[in-house]
Amino acid sequence: MSAPIELPKWADRVLVPAIATIASFLIAGLVVTAIGENPLDATRILIEGSLGSSEGLGFTLYYATDFIFTGLAVAVAFHAGLFNIGVEGQATLAGIGATLACLRFDDQPTVIVLPIAIGAAVVSGALYAFIPGYLQARRGSHVVITTIMFNFLAAILLVYLLVNVIGNPKSMAPETRSFGANAHLAFIHDLARALGFNMPTTPLNLSFPLALLAAFGTWLTVYRSRLGNAIRTVGASPPAAVYAGISPSRITMLAMALSGALAAGLALNEVLGVQQRLLPEFTSGYGFVGIAVALMGRAHPVGIVLAALLFGMLYQGGAELSFDHPTITRDMVTVIGGVLILFAGAFDGLFRRGVAGLMPRRAAI
Amino acid sequence: MNALAETSTLIAVVLASTLRLSVPLIAACLAGLWSERSGIVDIGLEGKMLIGAFASAAAAFASHSAWVGLVAGIVASVAFALLHGFASISQRGNQIVSGVAINLLAAGLTAVIGNAWYGEGGRTPPLEGPARFPDLVLPGATALKGVPILGPLYADVLSGHPVPVYLALLAVPLTSFVIGRTRFGLRLRAVGNDPGAVDTAGISVSSLRYRAVMISGVLCGIGGTYLSVSQAAGFLPLMTAGKGFIALTALIFAHWRAWPALGACLLFGLLDAISIRLQGAVLPGGISVPVQAIQALPYLATIILLAGFVGRAIPPRASGVPYVKER
Repeated sequence: MSAPIELPKWADRVLVPAIATIASFLIAGLVVTAIGENPLDATRILIEGSLGSSEGLGFTLYYATDFIFTGLAVAVAFHAGLFNIGVEGQATLAGIGATLACLRFDDQPTVIVLPIAIGAAVVSGALYAFIPGYLQARRGSHVVITTIMFNFLAAILLVYLLVNVIGNPKSMAPETRSFGANAHLAFIHDLARALGFNMPTTPLNLSFPLALLAAFGTWLTVYRSRLGNAIRTVGASPPAAVYAGISPSRITMLAMALSGALAAGLALNEVLGVQQRLLPEFTSGYGFVGIAVALMGRAHPVGIVLAALLFGMLYQGGAELSFDHPTITRDMVTVIGGVLILFAGAFDGLFRRGVAGLMPRRAAI
Repeated sequence: MNALAETSTLIAVVLASTLRLSVPLIAACLAGLWSERSGIVDIGLEGKMLIGAFASAAAAFASHSAWVGLVAGIVASVAFALLHGFASISQRGNQIVSGVAINLLAAGLTAVIGNAWYGEGGRTPPLEGPARFPDLVLPGATALKGVPILGPLYADVLSGHPVPVYLALLAVPLTSFVIGRTRFGLRLRAVGNDPGAVDTAGISVSSLRYRAVMISGVLCGIGGTYLSVSQAAGFLPLMTAGKGFIALTALIFAHWRAWPALGACLLFGLLDAISIRLQGAVLPGGISVPVQAIQALPYLATIILLAGFVGRAIPPRASGVPYVKER
């Protein structure tokens, strides 16, 4: 292999992702210009729409919640040298697990039903990621291909269940009945109003603090625990891990399960928090945005939270923007996500080499 | 006798629809074959077909010519293939990451541009007349129809499809021949197994891989054009609907070989055709098979195959590994 491009830590962690981000936005600006709109005007509406009001901010943080969870899920697998493209499928299964728990127990008090529902979501997500992990570790099939297949299988299963098994017979649409009020993750605006503050109604719910907790927990696990040390060793060099007495196949399965457990957060936010029933396609491609978030945040929880906030701004600001300028649809965010994955992931060497060229030469190592 | 004739008509209808549903799979599967035999993993088949479908529909609408559409579809798809090539060959980036990026880019760009140009939620206006490919009647189709079994098979199943169907079908023997029997094909296979050896022989690894990636782009362009200009009368957002990924499973099923790839794609096309016919139907004996069970079959079968429970799928040895020339 070629020698890795050596960069000071700050350049590696901050400068390179920042340049990739700016480059992506320039490309997005070109696309906006090409379809005959003013990119500066678009940026202004985007920022005002996402941060300019407490309502906009609430929506931004609600979207960011999804991206923190999916970004962390992708990142944990990255640390073990695995590429989990299956966050969508794992979140789908988590949503199914949470729903089954809610449909069965939502006549029980909150302290009983909510932990069961959250537990069911996390276990379902973790199991659905564990299987591809097992298949790679023990049967030699690549996690990328199996998680792609598992995404499709999860989507097919969701439709089957909604149409044939758990769908609401009173509704024309394929969806379950709404859960009882005891099974909800409370909205932040309801909590604030209960405490006497007035807040506009937004989808922001208790999943957001849970996401921040998950980010902190992921940091502790990855950087400050034995398991995290083992995960990062396997990711850096499986032979070194074996030499250190770590079993790469065991860590592969554990890291995938952990990744799937984090992916379940997407279901907590969307199913238990916002919709309070199960809908088809509730994952909305957020699992793929998680890949962009993880790459941009350099797989570090702090970077992921920041990148997730940026994507939250893009989604909320993008909604405002498409309202004002119907030619710029929300799909613009997908374009930016794609360019970012390309720049922060596949073309990574391009920017690193560029930055390394600009750095003052350090003594040869 | 009447029942027999009815059954044979039904079989002919299902087989013809199998062929039509298989075409995008065949094109994308062969595209993946070219790329992966050269050592470049390609999960961006879906995105390349999608951008090809959009470009061809837009060009066919503007020019009122399906052929101009085909060229535009191929050009757009090759452009995306080159992007993937630049990331994976020149930049030695992660090929999976690049593939994911290509799929997202295609999904986003087609929707944004389609909406900006036509304002119909990302659709292109409907294509009609010369903007679509006419159905070709193969020579002798009517004359041979009377021949038992083979006659209807030729006249009703194989004949009567638009040009891209035959392009995709012709690509099968062509791929098999070029990869199996020519010098270029030998080198391509070598570069997918042991690029170091190819480099030692004084042949450029990157040039071979770029050519393979471009062929993959051409084939995805044909598949995409078929979807928007032949099968449907215009582009719909996300109209590839996972076909690029089914093609990927077919490729694994076929052990990265052209003729088995045709077989796998026809099989998956048949499953698709059956699931469409079974929608809401009840089989004799009151059994109703949920459509989803049939839809899930290709994925389940691939997982079982990959896990080595039945047979074994071994990809080209160097696939997914960027080649770094030693200095």
